[in-house]
Amino acid sequence: MTTATLNFLTVFVLAAFVGIEVISKVPTILHTPLMSGSNAIHGIILVGAITVTASTTGLLGETLGLVAVILATINVVGGFVVTDRMLEMFKTRRQTEVKK
Amino acid sequence: MSDMNLLGSVDLISSNTLALIYLISASLFILGLKGLSSPKSARRGNFIAAFGMILAIAASLTKIHPNGNQITLIVIGVIIGSVIGGFSARKVKMTAMPQMVAAFNGVGGGAAATVAVIEYLRLSVANRSVVITALSSILSVAIGGISFSGSIIAFAKLQEILTGVPITYKGERFINAAVFLAIVVIGIYLIAFGTGLAILGVLLLLAIILGVAFVLPIGGADMPVVISLLNAFTGLAVAASGFVLGNTVLIVGGTLVGASGTLLTKMMSDSMGRSIRNVLFASVGKVIDQPSGASNSTTGGTSSVRTGNAEDIGVLLAYSKKVIVVPGYGLAVAQAQHTVRDLARALEAKGAEVTYAIHPVAGRMPGHMNVLLAEADVPYEQLREMDEINDEFKDADVVLVVGANDVVNPAARNEPSSPIYGMPILNADAAKNVVFLKRSMRPGFAGVDNPLLYAPNTIMLFGDAKDSLLALLASVKAS
Repeated sequence: MTTATLNFLTVFVLAAFVGIEVISKVPTILHTPLMSGSNAIHGIILVGAITVTASTTGLLGETLGLVAVILATINVVGGFVVTDRMLEMFKTRRQTEVKK
Repeated sequence: MSDMNLLGSVDLISSNTLALIYLISASLFILGLKGLSSPKSARRGNFIAAFGMILAIAASLTKIHPNGNQITLIVIGVIIGSVIGGFSARKVKMTAMPQMVAAFNGVGGGAAATVAVIEYLRLSVANRSVVITALSSILSVAIGGISFSGSIIAFAKLQEILTGVPITYKGERFINAAVFLAIVVIGIYLIAFGTGLAILGVLLLLAIILGVAFVLPIGGADMPVVISLLNAFTGLAVAASGFVLGNTVLIVGGTLVGASGTLLTKMMSDSMGRSIRNVLFASVGKVIDQPSGASNSTTGGTSSVRTGNAEDIGVLLAYSKKVIVVPGYGLAVAQAQHTVRDLARALEAKGAEVTYAIHPVAGRMPGHMNVLLAEADVPYEQLREMDEINDEFKDADVVLVVGANDVVNPAARNEPSSPIYGMPILNADAAKNVVFLKRSMRPGFAGVDNPLLYAPNTIMLFGDAKDSLLALLASVKAS
């Protein structure tokens, strides 16, 4: 195993622990927004899609690259916007009155 | 990947700077997730994560050769994707949120699988057989493919393009196991020989089939848990793509979602009082053929249902001191969240105390009801979680169940043979009067009969939830 691979494995394992710890206490009402928000975060695959498309050549590679970029962008943009719309709903009465 | 891209590098920023920016992005994702787990900081958390995302994407763009075809492709792709994603996220109704999340998750899984395929295309045969590259390509393609097609089926079930009833057939588990085994065998072959783009295509196809076959037998009521699990899957597929590309921000972002998504899936099944295994493999909600009337035997022989009219129930409500509303998916479907708020205000004007009892899985996703009622400006303080309100039902004069069913089904408490036995429920049956606003006697999303419908202190008001609520509102105001 190369040093680079070992480093990636280290990052992977530590990130797994952080992922579990960071959401260990979340109230039920936030389950859906949290799912939606984390759904947006895996849209980071857009960075991967951009990186591979930048260095691909040939019709097949470029077509697949375009598909990957489109799909990943939908994931990122849709994910964050929909999460924000959900969270926008969680207003207290006081905030609502101030707004009116 | 090396610093040089195929067309020759004209890097605006060095690889070290890029790595540093990715590190900042990864940290922002962690802070964002942390923010999302508390109501006060949730919206800010989402912004922080989005900012981290923009940073990472902008940094990755600096690595593209500015004169190639590729930059055009990428820009076009980002524009098309932003329009589709932004437009659908803005336009979607609050009631359709769950399937929207499923759809966004599916495309993410598809993207992860596609990225791995492209990189595999590019690699030389020698590089393909490096174990870590081969293994992570295979995992990314397989898991991403399952997540893609599984999410589409989950979307179709929630959108009611497909029936919410579990679709099962003879030998279904055998076939699923066979497909899974085939994926493993092909995976091992690819690791051993490292060739064969066509074979990778076959792997992707099998993964897509498995995703469909895996989700079809799961009931519509369990879709939120499935979406959460597929969300974790996509995270892992993204992390695997990160290994293929040697990109740490993909590894961190994907793994964070994979790990937190797995935990969230467990929390969701726990709030239904069930194990993940039971949710995924028990096909709960399958209508079992039984002699008619047999299901009513659980109620002790009384199978008659008391039907009321809006006038009588309106009077009952108008003279109640304590009313608890139990909202369910039927309320969401009828878009009746504003009407129920009006009714609550009319009752408060008559001196009643009105609260809303929110079951953890009310609606079709945990938290779904809170979102809907908040949209109708129902104050936060009136929304009460199951554990804090369950002891108050016995003091309630009327429990108004609007388009809910399974969450107040006492069979979950009393009938060990019931498929939903063990699920925590709201103690609506303890109240003096229970009023059900339902369209028909049809069982709830879980497909299980509810003895509370036949209880002597229960009154049924059939019809669309919004129409019934409007009739009740008129009647309350008149009395």
